[in-house]
Formats: sequence, structure tokens, C-alpha cells
Amino acid sequence: MNVRMTVATGVRVLTQLRHDLRTVGLLVLVPVLLEALVKWVYSDQDRVFQRVGVPLLGIFPLTSMFLVTSITMLRERTSGTLERLLTTPIAKFDLLAGYGLAFGTVAILQGIVVSIVSFGFLGLEVEGPIAGVVALAVLNAILGTALGLLVSAFARSEFQAVQFMPAFLLPQFLLSGLLAPREQMAGALEALSNVLPMTYAYDALTRVAAGDGFGGRLALDTAVLAGTTVLSLALGAATLRRRTP
Amino acid sequence: MTSPAIEIDSLRVVRGGKEVLPGLSIGIQAGRITGLLGPSGCGKTTLMRAIVGVQIVAGGRVTVLGLPAGTRALRSRVGYVTQAPAVYDDLTVGANLRYFAKILGAASERVAAVVETVGLTGYGDKLVSQLSGGQRARVSLATALLNEPEVLVLDEPTVGLDPVLRQELWTTFHELADRGTTLLISSHVMDEAERCDELILMREGLILAHASPADVLLQANASTVEEAFLNLVGTKERAG
Ligand SMILES: Nc1ncnc2c1ncn2[C@@H]1O[C@H](COP(=O)(O)OP(=O)(O)OP(=O)(O)O)[C@@H](O)[C@H]1O
Ligand SMILES: [Mg+2]
Repeated sequence: MNVRMTVATGVRVLTQLRHDLRTVGLLVLVPVLLEALVKWVYSDQDRVFQRVGVPLLGIFPLTSMFLVTSITMLRERTSGTLERLLTTPIAKFDLLAGYGLAFGTVAILQGIVVSIVSFGFLGLEVEGPIAGVVALAVLNAILGTALGLLVSAFARSEFQAVQFMPAFLLPQFLLSGLLAPREQMAGALEALSNVLPMTYAYDALTRVAAGDGFGGRLALDTAVLAGTTVLSLALGAATLRRRTP
Repeated sequence: MTSPAIEIDSLRVVRGGKEVLPGLSIGIQAGRITGLLGPSGCGKTTLMRAIVGVQIVAGGRVTVLGLPAGTRALRSRVGYVTQAPAVYDDLTVGANLRYFAKILGAASERVAAVVETVGLTGYGDKLVSQLSGGQRARVSLATALLNEPEVLVLDEPTVGLDPVLRQELWTTFHELADRGTTLLISSHVMDEAERCDELILMREGLILAHASPADVLLQANASTVEEAFLNLVGTKERAG
């Protein structure tokens, strides 16, 4: 790992984003608007809003970061700059980590804004520390970035990349436990949900909301989320081919 | 005669189900400018991609500076300019070059120097998306000059440029060669051939001739490279 090249790549991606403030605005605002929409939908059932509101603080950023990074990476490929970079000394992992760094920075902004609005204005409440929720929201956004980079290796066009979102994230969403408790699912589905990252995102945020201490299951959840992030980046680097047909 | 900087042995490349390079062998001399000429689709870009190590090859060997093409150790020693400009549209000229300088390990002072070399002084703060096609190509060329690599592989670097700038760039290429850089430059503008030390004439993945411009003309009994090309194609076809 070369820190200089990773940071240079992160700065480069952020500089590109600075020329595209509309995208940054959407990244930060969309989770906020969705969270407000959920509040509105359940305006007569505050109990439901309290139950789903916190996990969604992680799941919305994960989804939006997944999409935007997979498209950005694909653009790097189709514009020819990826081929050019792969002929330079930069390692594939450093390139992806640079992306992770840039979008991770946006993720921090996104996580903080959506948390401020949800806790400050939408009346969301948690037993545990709000900082813990913010940290998990950011971690989820970074996970979304890493997963987006991974799947972009398999997409050949923007159309395919966009399709990966429903194909890859929606099943995770359905099985995460948010819509139905996992214990009540068919055995095969529960087993499947055990290996899907979003399950751990849901579990972690639910536990912080319930005021569980950081230890036991919550620590495990966090470790799984962080581990999946690093694993995705490493797998993404491994699947990124230097030589193409 | 200097030793070859690039050695290619029975290189076979298949793209899209078609055998683009059926088994090409050639040596490219160090410290010289070798021009790669041939009609569109004959395999120039494919050959260059194999030399920089981004082309999947079906067989054969490509050795650059004594190492297998694309090896990590080679990546700071070989510069590549793709046929379509490979720069970030949403960054300024300066930001593009500063990024590549960091990746290539070049000193940041080199940025201003290469901007001048490609004739873009004063454009440093302009977004690449606001440049003309030729200007964009020059930014792409500039990125490869940053770290002064030992081998430069340039895919049609002077396409769409005016005669004055083309002249200046060729002067730069010759200065680089004089300092020991090996340059492989593709073109389908035959009139650029005269400026090269060596010529490779290619057609449908095969090499028609590889010699100095004067020798190519002699071999083909021609007075221009264009004529030489046509004569050589004719000879091959009568022979085959
Ligand atoms: N990505 C690709 N997939 C499949 N086939 C390809 C691809 N790129 C090029 N080819 C084929 O390979 C052959 C050689 O292409 P190449 O790009 O090397 O030609 P070239 O000599 O550089 O042409 P030009 O002067 O137009 O740039 C062509 O017949 C082309 O159809
Ligand atoms: Mg070409």
C-alpha cells in the first residue's frame, strides 16, 4: 500500500466532485429527504418510525454510495483513464482505496447531516449514543463505496451498473430483518441473511438504538462491516484486470 | 547498432474473435524514434497495448528493457499515451498533471515544464472539458512526459495538430531520443515517416518493412513512403 498515491487519488476524486456540486448535494440531501419521507409515512405510528428510522440511517447512505461509486468507477474505465493508470506504478488496491477515501469523506458529511436532521428535527430517539449511530452510518456509507467498487468490475456499461443496485442490494434489504424478523424467515433465507452485509448493518444500528453497550454482538457486527469493506476493496483490486481483450 | 529496447517474439493477439496479430516478431532499437505506420485497423494500437502490458495476448513474448511487458518495475520506466486522450474532463489541465505527477513520482516542477512543451502555457487553470480535441490530446501527451521515462509509446500523438506545433513536438521527440529515450510513435500520416529514425510498415497484423526511411524507400523502389507502402503491398500480394 502506497499512502502517497492513495491520498493523491482521493484528492483527485474529491476535486472532480468539487466540479460537480450537484452530485454532492444529491448524495447529502437524498438520505435526508428519504428519512423525512419515512417520518411522514409513519406520522401516526411513531413506534414504527422509531424502529425503522435508525437502521435506515445506515441503509440509505450505503445504497446511494454504492450507486455513485460504481458509476464513477465505470466512467474511469470507459474514459480510458483506467487503462492509462494501470500502465503507471499505482497499485490497483491503492487506486480503489483512493476512491474509498474520497467517498468516505463525502460519507462523513452525509452521515453527519442525515443524523443531525433525524435527531434534531424529525424526533428520532435512541437509547445509545448518537455518535455511535453517526459512526455506523458513515461506516455503512463506506461499505457501500467498497461494494460499489467491487461490482463495477463486473459491469460493462452504465445500464448494467445501475441494474446491480436492485440485483445486489434489494435482496439484502429484504432479508436484513428490517421488513420481517429474520427468525421468522424460512431456514434457507435466514442462513442466507447471515452472510449478507446489510444484515449486520441493520443489527448494529438496532442495537445502538436499543442502548446495547459496545461489546458482544455489536462489536461483532461492526467488525463484520469493517471487514467486508476491506475485503471488498481487496476483491475489487483482485478482479480489476490490468490486461483486457 | 544499439541493442533493442523492446523485443517481440511471435506475438499473437486475438481480439473479438479475430486474429489481429498472427505472430509478430520485431526488435525496436533503444534511443531511437521508431515510426509505426499502417492503415486503420491494421493492429498498431493492439501492438502498443501489448508493449505496455494491458493487452491480453494469446501467445508469444514481449520484453521491454529486458523485463516481461507490464511488469511492475517497468511501469515507471515506460510511458504510454493512448490514442483517445486519457485525461479527466472534469479537472483542470493543472490538476490532471499534478495527479499524474504524484502517481508517476515526478517532481511538481515538471508540471509547468511539460505544459510548456505541449504548447499549453496559460491553460493550466482551464477545465479539460473546455478544451478542443487537439488541446485535450496534448494534455494527455503531457502526462507521459512528466517523469521522463526510458521508453515512450505514443499512439498517434500528433493527430489534428497544426504544422507548427507538430514540428515543435517532433523536435522534442528528437531531443528525448538524443538523451537516450526510446520512442515508438504510431501514425497514419505518412509524411511524418521522414522524421523517424526507423520505420515499421504494418498491414493486417503483418510487418511489410522495418528499416530506416531511406532504406524503406530503396527496398520498395519508391520516392515517398506512401508509394513504398503501396509497392510493398503489391509485392506481397503477387508473392502470396
Ligand atoms: N476492443 C476491441 N475488441 C475487439 N476487437 C477490437 C477491439 N479493438 C480493436 N479491435 C480490432 O482489432 C483490430 C486492430 O485494431 P487496432 O486498434 O489495433 O488498429 P489500429 O491500427 O490502431 O487502427 P487505427 O489507425 O484506426 O487506430 C481491428 O480490426 C479492430 O476491429
Ligand atoms: Mg489505433
